[in-house]
Amino acid sequence: MIHSLFIINPSGDVFLEKHWRSVIPRSVCDYYLEAQRASPNDVPPVLAAPHHYLISIHRGGVALVAVCKQEVAPLFVIEFLHRVVDTFQDYFSDCTETIIKENYVVVYELLDEMLDNGFPLATESNILKELIKPPNILRTIANTVTGKSNVSSTLPSGQLSNVPWRRSGVKYANNEAYFDVVEEVDAIIDKSGATVNAEIQGYIDCCIKLSGMPDLTLTFVNPRLFDDVSFHPCVRFKRWEAERILSFIPPDGNFRLMSYHIGSQSVVAIPIYVRHSLTLRSNGDQGRLDLTVGPKQTMGRTLENVALEICMPKCVLNCCLTANQGKYSYDPVSKMLLWDIGRIELPKLPNIKGSVSVVSGADTTGASPSINVHFTIPQLAVSGLRVSRLDMYGAKYKPFKGVKYVTKAGKFHVRM
Amino acid sequence: MFFVVLMSSIPYNNGWKDLPTYQLVKDCEDSNPLIRALAVRTMGCIRVDKITEYLCEPLRKCLKDEDPYVRKTAAVCVAKLYDISSSMVEDQGFLDQLKDLLSDSNPMVVANAVAALSEINEASVSGRPLVEMNAPTINKLLTALNECTEWGQVFILDALSNYSPRDAREAHSICERITPRLAHANAAVVLSAVKVLMKLMEMVSADTELVSTLSRKLAPPLVTLLSAEPEVQYVALRNINLVVQKRPDILKHEMKVFFVKYNDPIYVKLEKLDIMIRLASQANIAQVLGELKEYATEVDVDFVRKAVRAIGRCAIKVEPSAERCVSTLLELIQTKVNYVVQEAIVVIKDIFRKYPNKYESIISTLCENLDTLDEPEARASMVWIVGEYAERIDNADELLDSFLEGFHDENAQVQLQLLTAVVKLFLKRPADTQELVQHVLSLATQDSDNPDLRDRGFIYWRLLSTDPAAAKEVVLADKPLISEETDLLEPTLLDELICHISSLASVYHKPPTAFVEGRGAGVRKSLPSRGVVAEETSTQQPTVIPNQESLIGDLLSMDIGGPPPAPAPSSNVDLLAGGLDVLLGGGPEPGASAAAVPGGASGLLGDIFAVSAAPASYVPPKQCWLPADKGKGLEIWGTFSRQNGQPRMEMTFTNKAMQPMTGFAIQLNKNSFGVYPVGGLAVGAVGAGAGAEAALPLATHGPVQRMDPLNNLQVAIKNNIDVFYFACLIPAHILFTEDGQLDKRVFLTTWKEIPAANEVQHTLSNVVGTADSIAQKMTLNNIFTIAKRNVEGQDMLYQSLKLTNNIWVLLELKLQPGNPEATLSLKSRTVEVATCIFQAYEAIIKS
Repeated sequence: MIHSLFIINPSGDVFLEKHWRSVIPRSVCDYYLEAQRASPNDVPPVLAAPHHYLISIHRGGVALVAVCKQEVAPLFVIEFLHRVVDTFQDYFSDCTETIIKENYVVVYELLDEMLDNGFPLATESNILKELIKPPNILRTIANTVTGKSNVSSTLPSGQLSNVPWRRSGVKYANNEAYFDVVEEVDAIIDKSGATVNAEIQGYIDCCIKLSGMPDLTLTFVNPRLFDDVSFHPCVRFKRWEAERILSFIPPDGNFRLMSYHIGSQSVVAIPIYVRHSLTLRSNGDQGRLDLTVGPKQTMGRTLENVALEICMPKCVLNCCLTANQGKYSYDPVSKMLLWDIGRIELPKLPNIKGSVSVVSGADTTGASPSINVHFTIPQLAVSGLRVSRLDMYGAKYKPFKGVKYVTKAGKFHVRM
Repeated sequence: MFFVVLMSSIPYNNGWKDLPTYQLVKDCEDSNPLIRALAVRTMGCIRVDKITEYLCEPLRKCLKDEDPYVRKTAAVCVAKLYDISSSMVEDQGFLDQLKDLLSDSNPMVVANAVAALSEINEASVSGRPLVEMNAPTINKLLTALNECTEWGQVFILDALSNYSPRDAREAHSICERITPRLAHANAAVVLSAVKVLMKLMEMVSADTELVSTLSRKLAPPLVTLLSAEPEVQYVALRNINLVVQKRPDILKHEMKVFFVKYNDPIYVKLEKLDIMIRLASQANIAQVLGELKEYATEVDVDFVRKAVRAIGRCAIKVEPSAERCVSTLLELIQTKVNYVVQEAIVVIKDIFRKYPNKYESIISTLCENLDTLDEPEARASMVWIVGEYAERIDNADELLDSFLEGFHDENAQVQLQLLTAVVKLFLKRPADTQELVQHVLSLATQDSDNPDLRDRGFIYWRLLSTDPAAAKEVVLADKPLISEETDLLEPTLLDELICHISSLASVYHKPPTAFVEGRGAGVRKSLPSRGVVAEETSTQQPTVIPNQESLIGDLLSMDIGGPPPAPAPSSNVDLLAGGLDVLLGGGPEPGASAAAVPGGASGLLGDIFAVSAAPASYVPPKQCWLPADKGKGLEIWGTFSRQNGQPRMEMTFTNKAMQPMTGFAIQLNKNSFGVYPVGGLAVGAVGAGAGAEAALPLATHGPVQRMDPLNNLQVAIKNNIDVFYFACLIPAHILFTEDGQLDKRVFLTTWKEIPAANEVQHTLSNVVGTADSIAQKMTLNNIFTIAKRNVEGQDMLYQSLKLTNNIWVLLELKLQPGNPEATLSLKSRTVEVATCIFQAYEAIIKS
């Protein structure tokens, strides 16, 4: 199991280490750092050192490196590390070097509770929050004055229940249950505008603030859509199998109820198109770029937060463009052209064109960049998924319910 | 609060011994279950031997606590204790208590017990499973599976994967109960479930509905793993690679999800590319080629090269589409991007080999790019093409001549190809290339200092000068076709890896025995075979039955207890040995009498002796010296023994390759003890899938070179396929000579003479048996007990031994009845040998 954890910043300093068993010297990280030097952005997640295995993830500019001595399931470790990062984000709203350094005490307390001798112990944020209070300004001041720590004096009774994800004795003045249906479109569009591959990655994120022990059922209008689903442990799988409804006792607060995948077998609507032309003439030192963006199959909704990212070929020195909407920037070092468009209001189609300067005499054949597209469409689930109703049992009050739909671009590439 | 302070400070501070442990012990009795659990958890974290002794009683109680939370914490605590002191866990019966927890009513407790057991299993030396899985246990685990935490589910699924059901029906029902785990949010759970299902699918016959349903159900979760974070994707892809090789049907419609996104990390891109080729078929080749062509214009050079190679592999794999692949490659060559062209030429060479005389029309295009090639592999490929098709290229002689100008600056690979190409050209067009071939032969034989090149040059020269017709037959012989199978994993290895899906082994595509430490011969897993009822899947660890010859030898040279008896079997030999001597007629020539026994009987006798094999010199179990994937299909398990005063090397050869192996030979490198083989290796041809046993007598007065560690032995084995190198450790006791007994007085004076600086101490753990039985065991292995004394309840054994290189070693073994630990002091003029001797002692005592 997991022996030790090291957190490393981009410059290669180990700024946090935690050992759950005997102490493993820091020098073991050298193997990681060596791999990092070889390829700074793409360190393979599983590395073998002579006596240890290093399994790492990279988040928020820091790398979490777990050290194991024996055969383990690497995904087990990776999933756990992700859980650590999620917990940090939950507690401190972010997971960066400065934030970890500011909260060393709480971080160590958390790590102590999350693993026992390398076995995951309490990874549910509900239980953790009962044990260790998240920091806020007031408590930090009080702790500094009184010399207390964030470890709560009460014991986590939730660990004993058979619903470990929910605290007992929850009480709210306003009882609310909100569901966000988020769909991300992953697509590759080829030069001619044809779809090479398109899939939808969907999530249902919940924010549930209900008193007592409510038992919820969520039904969909069209549950046959799902290719593959994965659930929060609270969902009763049998009922899903039999009736295609989600029945569960929810955790308290924010959590991801379910994620689903609608794959390449079904037809996925592509809500945006990009018309592009890029010519890099090798004889002159000027090229031309012309891009137009427009909506397509949006079912009457507007596209918002549209932004385009193009990683230009190495031979491009600079761009001199004019956009009829939004702003653009070009970074000559990373060769990244960024065009932030915002909302697309019909009938005007956003367009950007102008000249690109190319290193004279450079070889421009065979360099075809890819456009990375970002957008969001509020009030639309592109798969057509709809929640039909939410029922609650086991509590007397009437909760306030709400469902919100949003479609976003996931990894949406247009090849030029 | 107290617990937190304690836990965080203990691992770094050993000065805490005097802590009030009674506080912890008292807390284990607290009325609040959470306090009890915390106390037991905290005690497990105190890695101080003294405290662990106090831990036993409370831990025993907590394992039987009424509250499941306490039991679950205590289960993990057993694993912690095992890490600190494995003997204590075994002696105090915690393992049995842990096994009882497997049938606990609470799922969390079951999960933690499974986790603790598997952890202990990993850490234990033998690696043999502690718990025999049976149907009721499996049933309990399956029930617990649905209700425990995600981490617990991973442990339980891993445990389930070690079980093989009795029949297809049971496999069927297990499958049904596991399938819901595929919908779990935790990727680790999903992959572990995939592992169990892949294994169980082997049990069910292929045409049943279950297999097709399962195949359909397996695809979506695997695809979904690919939309997770890149790290998860990487591990998933490595595993999918195995799944695709085993069962291509599962993902055959999902080609598109493996298309590369340009901002994927490079390690994900390369894996995706690999899987794309494996999935490529007639139906989707157009799509795949379109994608690959797209990748060939990307920025990352390594990736582009791989993509171009992939096109070549597609051409070889999907025969009807070869033409499309070739035209795609030609288009890429037209781009004139240097590294693309070079890579394309390398793969076109392979395509020519697969489809000879089919695509020669493109040769002229290739020749246009001759000047831009600067990498050895591309140049060599181009030269090969020119040589192979010399008769169709009008200016082949000019082309080759232009290469010859800078012959000495070329890479060896290119030089070799040039030599062969020119000879081919000469054989095809002898009229006008005489000069050229003369020139290249003289370059190769006279001016080159590369032995390979020179030798090949000489061979060609002689062939051409003696019999040009024969030369033609040799040089222009038909070449074996290449196929796409070259990059596939060996089927046996693949099956083993399927059993290890989701583990590190699956990421490295190597069996765990190849890289997990401290496990010379771990348990190897294999897929269950279909229709075989109640077959034990985990192959038994190879047990070594000492063969009969060795037994006879040992029995005759045996001298138990007391002074060495006269060579004739005397009455103070114990009953068994005496009886056997009678049985064998006290044969004066043990070797001869052994040889006379027919083969069948010898096996039988060996078995009988193995049951009561106590009075035989210790032969360590065979270890895997050369795994099949390193030996190109040749697997070697071996050990050392000593018989008739001669050390021997015993090996089992297994041929896991497709072709027979012949021409075995062995060589040992110079080593610390001058060990060298007497006679050759008596192994004939080993057919595909067959095995052979070989015993190699060793002598010990060969050339000496100090090794590190001292008993390291480097071995080279040659056969018709290749030469393989590996290293193994000689157990020191096979080097102890029969005349290692010192006189009492000599022992005493020598002991005094050797300075104290040459004394080394060592603690032996897990010592069982009395001083007498240990002395007996030692004598069998040529460690002679000179004297025995009893001082203050402790048994002192004074022993001596002599190594083959005439190093005398004097030892003093201090035993305390009832204590599994013994102290061993060693004195020798050459104290470096101490480590190997300690190892030998450990091994002999445990035997």
